[in-house]
Amino acid sequence: MPEHGGVPIELRGVTKRFPGAGAPAVDRLDLLIPAGEIVVLLGPSGCGKTTTMRMVNRLEEPTSGDILIDGQNSRDINPNQLRRHIGYVIQQAGLFPHMTVARNVAQVPKLLGWDSRRIAGRVDELLDLVGMDPGLFRDRYPRALSGGQQQRVGVARALAADPPVLLMDEPFGALDPITRERLQDELLRLQEELAKTIVFVTHDVDEALKIGDRIAMMQRGSRIVQYAAPAEILTDPADDYVEQYLGGESSMKLLRLTKVGDIRLDRVPHAAEDADTERLLAEIEAGGDQYALIVDEARHPLRWVTVDDLAGRTGPVGDLGDPVGDTILGRMTLQDALESLLNADTDVVPVVGRRRVYSGVISLSTVQQAIQDIKARERERRRRRHDGPRG
Amino acid sequence: MSLWEYVSSRKDLILFEAAQHASMVAQCVLVAAVLGVLVGVLSYRRAHVSALALGMAGVLFTIPSLAMLGLLIPPLGLGVAPSVTAITLYALLPIIRNTVVGLRGVDAQLVDAARGIGMSGRRSLLRVELPLAWPVILTGIRVATQLAMGIGAVAAYVSGPGLGEQIFSGLARLGGANALNSTLTGTIGIILLALLFDACFVLLGRLTIPGGIRA
Repeated sequence: MPEHGGVPIELRGVTKRFPGAGAPAVDRLDLLIPAGEIVVLLGPSGCGKTTTMRMVNRLEEPTSGDILIDGQNSRDINPNQLRRHIGYVIQQAGLFPHMTVARNVAQVPKLLGWDSRRIAGRVDELLDLVGMDPGLFRDRYPRALSGGQQQRVGVARALAADPPVLLMDEPFGALDPITRERLQDELLRLQEELAKTIVFVTHDVDEALKIGDRIAMMQRGSRIVQYAAPAEILTDPADDYVEQYLGGESSMKLLRLTKVGDIRLDRVPHAAEDADTERLLAEIEAGGDQYALIVDEARHPLRWVTVDDLAGRTGPVGDLGDPVGDTILGRMTLQDALESLLNADTDVVPVVGRRRVYSGVISLSTVQQAIQDIKARERERRRRRHDGPRG
Repeated sequence: MSLWEYVSSRKDLILFEAAQHASMVAQCVLVAAVLGVLVGVLSYRRAHVSALALGMAGVLFTIPSLAMLGLLIPPLGLGVAPSVTAITLYALLPIIRNTVVGLRGVDAQLVDAARGIGMSGRRSLLRVELPLAWPVILTGIRVATQLAMGIGAVAAYVSGPGLGEQIFSGLARLGGANALNSTLTGTIGIILLALLFDACFVLLGRLTIPGGIRA
């Protein structure tokens, strides 16, 4: 079954007042959630982020304002019908304990009147998708599953009828840190395939920065203080509130958001083992370097050679120099790279990309430069956007 | 005459009375279960309504059974009618209470999940809330059954059917021939019936409580 991508959601002047409460929980909120993106509603508890999310599938009815899903006003759709086409994932999964895993996942297709053969096929497909062996887990009851497994089933249940929109209310909040990280990674992997429109509610800054394509920073009354990509929020917080909520260390957080492969790496001369010593020496000195990297025919890094190793020799380089101790992978985060750099025997470490092919070198100053570049770029982008339309 | 001789000489009558007793209790509890669960389902979401329902059932509960049966004679006369009415009324309280408690005990997150994936309120009640509350409701019905067994015996006071007749006629001529045998037969018979019904409830629980929430 082909999976369908997401649709845009637009909130227009949405207000929610609860009877008996003074200030509205959500106050004239405008928000455009683009199709196929993960938008994180981030804010302290009681700021109205969950209420905002619950209005999208009409678990709460807006007091005023409109919510358009793929251009259609949600008021015009029967709430039960609407919810069958919006996946819903809550904390601790909310699996029905008296139903097996398969029956839990089958609920929405059943509501939609699919025949049992199609449902059974879909259930297995979904369990596979969330990394659970259908043969092993299909007939188990939720209480026989770990918290992480339960939440996987929760995600499978939400995806069962291939809805274009997914609402996730602190879905990983009750999990231990390791399981949470893993499920976040899997959600991102799934999202690469599915491209759903996901509204993700959390109060966890790190989770928001990791998961979100965009983050809506919220204050009491669901007032959006800043609505931007994670890097922009980190590099250019809109005000003190955002900065305070991020909790400082914004450079450290940028390190976690950025992959080694995405920054500009340093270059050093590199050569194969059969390269001529004198020519390599000339190349090193021409570039003002002190050393070069020797790679094999598949361009895997082998050894460092210094000017002193090469001086006064002739013929091919052969096995001169010292073996490369550490390498850093292109898909590591800058934070992991920094950790490796601090522990490495040399100041400069080769970076390898796919199939461990040499793609550059990195040092502490490379990382520092990269962070400065990112900050400058984000500042520039923000300035352009603010000035552009008016200028 | 020993107890055993007493029982074997009146085997047919005793079996008939036991069957009557069992049938009366079963039917009363069945009616009370349908009514009680209905009242529970209709009232559990509204605190004051369920308080009212429970309060009324509670007041009925405090009336001594003998007095209740006596009070029912003027409107209903003697025999089956007042017996059945009294037993059903007594059986209501534990069933309503356990239905309300059971339904309220269902994790609010699960009801939210049920509504959130698009179940109607009715479907959520039938597919999620009632199945999850069922063990508690079943316990209420079981308690109601034990209660009905005992009150069924007192029903003989208004010439109701069942094993109570053995007890009352024995007590009425205490010291006379077979008085003790008669009373003992009625009492033991009711105990045995109660145990039998209880065993049925254990079986019913096994058959009807979904696997995932069975203790």
